[in-house]
Parts: sequence; C-alpha cells; structure tokens
Amino acid sequence: MTQTENRPQAENAAPEGTDLALRVESLWKIFGPRADKIIGTPDADLSRADLKRKTGCVVGVRDVSFEVAPGEVFVVMGLSGSGKSTLVRCLTRLIEPTAGKVEVGGVDVSNASESQLRDLRRHHVSMVFQHFGLLPHRQVIDNVAYGLEVRGMGRKERRAKAEEVVGLVGLDGYERSYPDQLSGGMQQRVGLARALAGDPDILLFDEPFSALDPLIRRDMQNEVIRLHHELGKTMVFITHDLQEALKLGDRILIMRDGALVQLGTPDEVVAAPADDYVRDFTSEVPRSHVLTLRWVMREPRDDDSLEGPVMSPDTIVRQAARAALASDHPVRVMEEGRLIGIVDDDAILRMVVAETDAPDEDGVPA
Amino acid sequence: MTAVVTAPRAARHRPAVVEMVIEHARLWALFLVVVVWVAIWAVTQGQDTLALSASAITDTHRQLQDASNWVEDAASSGSSVWVNAANNFADWINSVFEWLQHIFTVPEFPRPLPQIGWLGTIALAALVTFAVAGWRSLLLVVPSFLAFGFLGYWTDSIDLLLVTGIAVVIAAAVGIPLGLWMGHSKVVTAIVTPVLDFMQTMPSFVYLLPISILFGIGAAAAIIVTLIYATPPVVRITAHGIRTLPAGVMEATASMGQSRRQRLTKVELPLAKRTIIVGINQTMMAALSMATIAAFIDGPGLGQPVLDGLKRGQLGTSFVAGIAIVIMAIMLDRTTTAASVRSEQASRADQAHTALRRGALGAGAIGTLVALYLSHNYVWANEFPSSPDLGTPIRNKVDDFGQWLLTDVSSLTTSIETTFTEKFLNPVQSLIAESPWYVTAAAFALIAVIVGGMRAFLFTVVCLAGIYYLDLWNFAMITLTSVLVATAIVVLLAVVVGVWMGRSRVVDRIIRPFLDAGQTMPPFVFLIPIFILFGPNRFTAMVAGIIYAAPVAIKLVADGIRGVSTETVEAAESSGTNKWQMITKVQLPMSRGSLLLATNQGLLYVLSMVVIGGMAGAGALGFDIVHGFRNSSYVGRGLAAGISVVLLGIMLDRITTYGAERAQRSQDSSGRTAARWRKVLRLSPAPQGLAHG
Ligand SMILES: Nc1ncnc2c1ncn2[C@@H]1O[C@H](COP(=O)(O)OP(=O)(O)OP(=O)(O)O)[C@@H](O)[C@H]1O
Ligand SMILES: [Mg+2]
Repeated sequence: MTQTENRPQAENAAPEGTDLALRVESLWKIFGPRADKIIGTPDADLSRADLKRKTGCVVGVRDVSFEVAPGEVFVVMGLSGSGKSTLVRCLTRLIEPTAGKVEVGGVDVSNASESQLRDLRRHHVSMVFQHFGLLPHRQVIDNVAYGLEVRGMGRKERRAKAEEVVGLVGLDGYERSYPDQLSGGMQQRVGLARALAGDPDILLFDEPFSALDPLIRRDMQNEVIRLHHELGKTMVFITHDLQEALKLGDRILIMRDGALVQLGTPDEVVAAPADDYVRDFTSEVPRSHVLTLRWVMREPRDDDSLEGPVMSPDTIVRQAARAALASDHPVRVMEEGRLIGIVDDDAILRMVVAETDAPDEDGVPA
Repeated sequence: MTAVVTAPRAARHRPAVVEMVIEHARLWALFLVVVVWVAIWAVTQGQDTLALSASAITDTHRQLQDASNWVEDAASSGSSVWVNAANNFADWINSVFEWLQHIFTVPEFPRPLPQIGWLGTIALAALVTFAVAGWRSLLLVVPSFLAFGFLGYWTDSIDLLLVTGIAVVIAAAVGIPLGLWMGHSKVVTAIVTPVLDFMQTMPSFVYLLPISILFGIGAAAAIIVTLIYATPPVVRITAHGIRTLPAGVMEATASMGQSRRQRLTKVELPLAKRTIIVGINQTMMAALSMATIAAFIDGPGLGQPVLDGLKRGQLGTSFVAGIAIVIMAIMLDRTTTAASVRSEQASRADQAHTALRRGALGAGAIGTLVALYLSHNYVWANEFPSSPDLGTPIRNKVDDFGQWLLTDVSSLTTSIETTFTEKFLNPVQSLIAESPWYVTAAAFALIAVIVGGMRAFLFTVVCLAGIYYLDLWNFAMITLTSVLVATAIVVLLAVVVGVWMGRSRVVDRIIRPFLDAGQTMPPFVFLIPIFILFGPNRFTAMVAGIIYAAPVAIKLVADGIRGVSTETVEAAESSGTNKWQMITKVQLPMSRGSLLLATNQGLLYVLSMVVIGGMAGAGALGFDIVHGFRNSSYVGRGLAAGISVVLLGIMLDRITTYGAERAQRSQDSSGRTAARWRKVLRLSPAPQGLAHG
C-alpha cells in the first residue's frame, strides 16, 4: 500500500516516482459514426442517453486521466457498461481511442505506428481476458508460447520459456492438454501464463476472474497477489467486485457512464465516497476490514490519557480492535514520533456494531 | 363522451365473421384476388394469351440471336480483349483436362491404353483418401470405384470426377481467398454478397446457354459452367467461418502483437479450417450436380449416358449411370465430411498414433507406386475387367420393367398421370395461362403486394414485364403453373412430415438421414425413375421436382417447429391445449417464417427441376432452352427462355423472401428461428443450391 494523505481527495497523479509506468490524459472513446466530430462540441457534455438519442453515438470512455506508477496495482471498477473494458482496451489500442493520449513507459501509444504498436504489445504490455481467449487447437504449452512465437522466437527456446511460466502459475503436468480439457480456473491460469511469458512491464486484467466460481476466484486472487510479490509487475486490474478491488488494489479508479468519479486508495474510497454512486458501491463493505485508524481517530485533547497502546495511523481498524478494547485507555495514534490522534473504544465499537447491524452508509467519523 | 364509451363496446360486439376477416386480413385478400381472377377468367378465357407456336421466332429473339452471334464472332476473330481472355482461359482448362484424360481415361497414340488404368487410379484415390479423410473412408471409396467399373462406366465416372475435380480446385483457389477477404472487409462483403445471392438464385442450367455461346460446347465449357455454379458456397462459408471466429480469441491474440499474416496463418486458418472444408464439401456437391447437367453441352462424364438414355428411350442405360452418380455423390459427400471431422482430430493425435499414421502413409505410397507401375505396364491392371458385369443385368431388368409397365400396367400409371393432370394441373394452367396476359399479370402483382409488400410488387412487375418482352409469356405461364402446383404439394408434404418430425425426436432421427442423402443427390438422378414410370411429360417433371424439393422444405418446417420455444409450448400445454390445437394454433403460426422459407426453397427447387424436366422432354421453357443448344437458329429463342426462367425465379424468390421477412417482423420469436435458418441455408445449399435471397 502506498502512502495516503490525511485529507481524503482524488488524486490522479501516481503516488511516487517520476518515470511512470502508464499515463492517460483526457482519454475519450465514443462509439458510432463520426464520433471524432463530437468531442469539443457542446454535445460532448450531454449525458450518455441524450447523446445516443441525438447522434446515435455511445460514450464508452469520457475524458479520463490518470497515472500509474511502476509496480503499482491499479484497479478500475464500475458497474456493467461503465466503460472499464473500453478503457483498458484503449491502452494498447485494441480499441482505437477517439481522443486523448496514452503513454506507456514514456512512449506515446496514441500516435504509435503499426509496427511500434506491435512492439508494444509483444514486449511491454500483456492482457488477461475475462473469457480467456485461448486457442482451442493448441496445447497449453503452445498457447502460453504464442506471444513468444509471434515475436519470432524459435520453437525450442519458446517452449522452454513457456514450460517455466506454466510451472509458475501452478499448471505443471498440463502442458500437453488442450484448453477444453481444463476447468475454467485452469484455463485462466493459462491465460495468466500466456500474459506472463513475454515478461511484459505491464499486465492488464479485464475482469479475469468473474467467470469463475467464488472459491476458485479467491485462489486466483491470491495467485495474482503472490505473482505481484514475486515479479513486481505493474498491473491494471478491471473488476466490478469491490472486495476484489480492495484486496488487490493500491489505488482504485471508479467509473460511471464512461467518466471517472473517484480515484483513491481503498480506504479513501470506502471512507470518503465522492458521491452516492460510490457510496452505494461501497456500502456492502465491512469498513473495519478496510479503514485504518486514520479514519476513526479524533484530534488529541489535553486531557487524554497517555497510557493507551501506541499504533500507526495505517493500522486496519479490525486489527487494532482487540488491543484497543483490552486496554482501559484509548489508543494513541503516533506518526513519526508525533501524536496525531486518539481512538477511543467508542469509535471502534461504533464501526464494528454498525457493520453487524446494518451494513449501510452510516456516517463514519472522520 | 358517448363515442368514447361506445367505441370499445362496438368493437367487442363485432360479429365473429368480421373478426376472422380482420384477424387474417391478408389471407382473405388473397382469397378475394383469386375469386375475382376466376370470375374474369370465366368470361375472357383464351383471349390475349400470347401463345406462340413452337417454331416461331420473334424480333426480340432475333435481337438476342444477333447478340450471341456477335459474341461468337468476337470469339473466333479474337477482336475483343475480354472474349479473348475468356478463350485463353478455356484453352488452358481444356489442355489441363486433356492432359489428365490422357493419364487416366484416354489412350494417347501410340499407346493403346491410358497411362494409368484402373488399378493405379484406385490406388491413388485410396492414398489421397487415407491422407485427408482417414482409413475408414477407404471402406467407402474403394468399393465405390470398383462399382463404377463393374457397372460399366469406368471411363465416364473418371471423366466426371476429373471435370468435378478441376472445377473444385479452381473454385477453392479463387473462393477461399475471396471468402477470407469478405470475412475481413465489410465493403467487399457488401459488394460480393448480392452477386452470390444472385448466382445462387439461378437454376444451374441457365448458365449453360450463355457459356456455350461464349466457349462452344465440350469439356472446357462444362468445367467453366461447373466452376461458376460451384464457387459461391465455398466463398460464402469461408467468409462465414472467418466472421464467426470467437471474438475473444481474436482479441486475445491481437493483444499479443501478431502481424496480419500471423493472424491469418496461426489463428484464422487453423480455427476456420473445419468450416472451410465444409464449404469445399458444399462446392463439391454443387459441382457434381452441375457437371452431370453439363452433359447438355457435351460435358464429358456420367451425365452423357443418362441424357442419351433419356433421349433414346433406353431408360436402363440412364438408370445404371444414375446409380453410378448416386454412388459418386455419396462417396464425395461422406469423404469430405470425414475430412472435415478429421481435420480437428488429426492435430490432437498422440505421438504413437502420428508415427503409426506416417508409417501407414509411407507404406501406402509405396503400394501406390507399385500399382501405378503395374497399371502403366500391364493390360490387366489398366483395362477394367469386363466381368463381373453388374451394369448389363440391371440395365436389362430396368428395360424389362419399363416394357412391363408399358404393356401390362400402363393403364395404371397413365391413369394416375391423366387424373392428376386433368383434375389439378389443367384447371390451374387454364386459369394462369389462358387468362388474358394482363389479367394474370395483374393478379400476380396483387398477390405480390399482399404477400410481400411494395418491394415484392416492384420486382414482380419488372420480372413480368421482362417475360412479356421476351415473347414467351404463354410458355412461361405453363412452366409457372407446374411450379406452383408442385410447390403446393411440396409445402403440404413439408407441413405434414415437418410437423411430425418437429414434434417427435424419434421420427426426426429416422427420417433426417434420408433427407440429407436426398439433398446431396444431383437433380438429374431424380428424374430417371420417374421418367421410367410416367414417360416424358409435365407430370414427370413435377413429380421429380416434388421429390427434389421436399427434403429441404421438410427440414425447414421441422426445424421451425422445433424452434418454437419449449416455454411457449409448455405454457400452452398447461392451459389445456390439445394436440391439434397445439399444432394449428401454436406451433405452425409461430413457425410461419420457416414455412414461408420452405415455400421459397420449394419454389426454386421445383422451378429448376421442372425446367430440367422440360429439357428432357416435358416441354415449355425447358424445351426452348434445349432447342437453343441443338439448333443454331433457335439460340435467340433459347436465350429468351433462359432469361424468362431467371425472371420467374427472381419473382418467386422475392415475393416469398419479403413475405418471410414480414412474417418474421410480425412474429419475432418465430422470426428469429427463421432468420437463423436463413443463415444456415445460405451456408448449405443443396447441390442444386438455389436462391437463399
Ligand atoms: N463496439 C462497440 N460499439 C458500440 N458501443 C459499444 C461497443 N463496445 C462497448 N460499447 C458501449 O460502451 C459502453 C461501455 O462498454 P464496456 O464494455 O467498456 O463496459 P464494461 O464496464 O466493461 O462493462 P462490463 O462490466 O459489462 O464488462 C457500453 O455502454 C457499451 O454498450
Ligand atoms: Mg467489460
């Protein structure tokens, strides 16, 4: 997890470093005839439904900007039809953006020539798809090696490399199987292996696990977390499952009708939803699992006891609860040796109780 | 105020008759048109029928004749670049064909025998079959080849295979790339699709005359006409195969940065391979059927003995040759089907299996070489043994049977034929062909409007105007009568059998293989047995047409019935519908679109068969077309007849197609199944492969 400001606020800039993995600036995608004529006119401000009625065009992505730092797991979420798939496909121009700019590792993708684009897809960015998209006539090993094959790597070499990656995703022994002989979860492991085989800088995931049942999904999520730890790749992860977003994401971008509604860390999104849409989204989440003490502490007062346990502001509430309730004194939240807030039992109880009663949008003291 | 209150009440109290008329307005309108037509016919019968004597030639015919003469002159003098190019192509095809003939069927001086005789040919065929379709197909292919020989038609069979084979190879070489291009480009699709639609609306024989004008008659013309007729299926199915590739796979592989070429060779072709082979199968069956009909323009092969037999009344000869054609159709169909199935399994075979196969192929290749050597050098392995002779006994039996029919039971067959002709055919023919031409035309225009709407009306008017202009109105109406009556029977048959099949899986499983087999048969072979029974007349052509058209129509109805959602059926059942009500009130109305499509296909299949029947002696337009090949001063009239058939086909096709579309719109659920079947149909035209327009 990356650092957070105390004041919750959508930040489009990547949290750290200067050499970005990915930069997206004012990206638009409008489906339909003569879509490029719409941007810049007042029509562009119409709602999606109105625009469709007036021009027959559908807005897929509306003026979205963000940056992703190297090694970051960047989650995009939103309801069905909110434009997530369109956005992620615009990144490698599987869908041609209507306007705006995309840079990958400092290289301008938007104006890349066909061969530059091929190079980008072959070496720098790989994608994992919801419905796997495996080649049914190829064995697992040759599916995984496909990306290497199109680069022109020799058969022996690419198979050796593919073999390695197949092991990495836990499919040892299935190299010679055909996709239709595998379960959904295993097929998605193949998809993952295929994306990893080319050793790309960035991995894009488009709802990779939503076709899988919950148990397998959890396995696969853990797999992604493990791979992220091991390989440290930058990931852009699309999902409509908030749990998944919170579990994986360093930062979360929430979309509605093609537009960005909020961009922030998981606890920011849960604690300070930008609007009712986001609030609705996050209402089901057990806050104590997500929020840190930073979100429940209050200003220290002079009469506060100084004997309570000391904790960091980034401690998850739920983890703090036992120690806090065991102690007679309120928790002192310290950052860099400075007392920045106090959390009393009340604050913790209120959150936990609210959750068990009714997981709704009860105000959270901030 | 009061009006508002009373209006609904009035509606509620409309008499039942009025309700019925309103509910089925279109049916009643049709009924009315027919009644008025009959009334007018009763007083005007015989006036302005535009009847033309069999030998008359009009100005229009002369103009067409001049046009065809011009083309022929251009062909012989080489003055037009296009005609020249076409002729070079024909010469090239001819030389390829002759070269192959010298290898397989025709001795080349000074050799007394062809380079390779039966043993080498069979070995070669077996090797190729094993390579593309697997060893099981050998059990069909080898006996089939032997049967060709034992039936006494070795040379004709191989010639037919050569004509078909050359046509298929060229059709695939042109058609697959074109299909791939169509699959990728909307623009190309938009341009090519109407052309394919048009080509598939054409009955096979209408190509014969123009091609024979351009290329003369003989092998080259036969191959070219076969090629033209057989190309659309492979184009269409290849394009379909590319278009329906799983989008997810295409996207995923695109995301890895493949080049266009890699996409084609590593993704599209392997994934679409099976579909493309299905396309080749369809093209091959179409080619076979055209190649037999090409006997009319002296195309070599089994069509020759069939046609000769029909012309000379030696029906036994036709029958035996017909058996050989049937065997060939089954052989080609089964083998290519097996090849398409195998194309998938082969890539999955384990290593031991692959090694075994390689070994077998190697051994087979050596065996084939030996057989070729023997066949080249020894008479016994070259000339097909003359015994056992299966052909002669069958021929004699059939001839005896024909004789028996003629002498002993002719009264029975004749009475069937006369009864039908007099009771059904003649009255309808009298109405259609003996009304004044403008009355008939007006009636058809009205029917077109009622069934298919404005577009159908326009097509009908234009087509009828064309037929009028071509001066063969009366013959066209006689042909049309046969087509309409036969189609009515086809539709009746389709409804009865189709409903039965649609409602029972068991029945479906029993009947469907016969229908499938029927669909792969070249139309010529249907004609032979009916000819034997009833002789050359309108009735024969119609019966053959009915048999030929029934399979496709029955399948369409059966699938339409099956396509009615089980939910709907269960809902109806739960509200106490009995079986009869279920059929008439739920299943048939809901598969209205399929029914109209079945009618559409029925019409076009029957039309083509009725004309082929006419060519073989049943008269009307078919006679004129044949006369055009046979007698150079009737070429113009023959062309006019050919164009008239095309116009009839377009008219019938458009009326029913637009009608089907309308039925789909008004009844969405059945429309969807119908639309689906349209698609399927487009993909799998039967050999005669008529319009799916
Ligand atoms: N090729 C296309 N042509 C026209 N409109 C499209 C096209 N692809 C997507 N859209 C529209 O763009 C919008 C965004 O679609 P997108 O697939 O990006 O949504 P999504 O957020 O990925 O939804 P889901 O969660 O269902 O996958 C939708 O309204 C969709 O109808
Ligand atoms: Mg999506």
